[in-house]
Amino acid sequence: MAATVAFADVEVGTELPPLTARFTRATLVGYAGASGDFNPIHWNQRVAREVGLPDVIAHGMLTMATAGRVVTDWVGDPGAVLEYGVRFTRPVVVPDDDAGATVEITGVVADKRDDGTVRVDLTARFEGQTVLGRAQAVVRLP
Amino acid sequence: MALNQDYVGKVYPPGPAYLVGREKVREFATAIGDDNPACHDVAHAASLGHPDVVAPPTFAIVIAMQALDTAILDPGLGLDYSRVVHAEQRFAYTRPLRAGDSVVTTTTIESARVVAGNDMLTTRSDIATESGEPICSCWNVLLARAAGEES
Repeated sequence: MAATVAFADVEVGTELPPLTARFTRATLVGYAGASGDFNPIHWNQRVAREVGLPDVIAHGMLTMATAGRVVTDWVGDPGAVLEYGVRFTRPVVVPDDDAGATVEITGVVADKRDDGTVRVDLTARFEGQTVLGRAQAVVRLP
Repeated sequence: MALNQDYVGKVYPPGPAYLVGREKVREFATAIGDDNPACHDVAHAASLGHPDVVAPPTFAIVIAMQALDTAILDPGLGLDYSRVVHAEQRFAYTRPLRAGDSVVTTTTIESARVVAGNDMLTTRSDIATESGEPICSCWNVLLARAAGEES
C-alpha cells in the first residue's frame, strides 16, 4: 500500500473515507499501557466518579490518535502528516460493558495550498455530539 | 491558585535520551487500532523511504509526556494537577519519527493564563535527535479547573 491519494486528485470538499471506532474498557487499558498514561479516570470508575465524571472516560489522546487514522489511512504514509492538532471539547464516556463507546470520525479537505499540502478538517462524534474541536491535519501529498 | 508568571519562558533541558523502539511503535499503533503497514512492517516502511517503522503522528505524546512532567509538576509553577484536564494538543513535524531514533526533548512554558477563572498552561516540547536534528514540536494545553467548580 503506497500513498493512496495524489495532490492533483484532491479538491477542497473532497471527503475522506470515514471511520467508526469502538472503545471498550479493554481499549483504554491497552492505550494506557502503550502510552504510559495510567491516569485512573481512564480505567477506574470509583476514581472517575470521585472527580465528578459520569463514568470512566477515554483518553483524549486515544480519540485524537483514532481520528488521525482517517488521515493516515487516506494518505498511506503516516510520515506525510506535517501538523495535527485538536481541542478536547467533550469526554467520551466508556461504560463497563461489551458494547463500549462508539466514535464516528469523518474528514474533509478544507484547504489546498501551493506548497503541495492540504489541510484536512476532522469531526469526531460520540452519542451525536462532537468531542473534538478544531481538529485539523496538514498533510503533504505526492 | 494562579500560575506563577515568572515561569513563562522557562526552559526545561532534556533528560536522558528516549530510544524509539520498533516494538513500542507497533504496540502503540495496535493500541490505537492502526494497522497501517508503515507502522508495523519494516519492508513496507522502507518502500516509502523510511529506515524503519514510522510512528503514528500522536506517538510523540509518549515522549513529550515524560519531559512535560518535569515542567507541570514543578512546585514553583503552581499548577494544581489534581484539577487538570487536557484541553488541547498539537504536533508539528519537521520529519517523521521512526524506530531507531534516539531523541531528547526540551520543554518550554509558552504561556500561563487565566481563562474564565481557570488556569490555562501552554507548553511546547521540542523533540530532536541527540545530534540536534529537529523532529517534532508538541504543544500541550492543560486547564486546571478553579477550586470549587464541579464539572
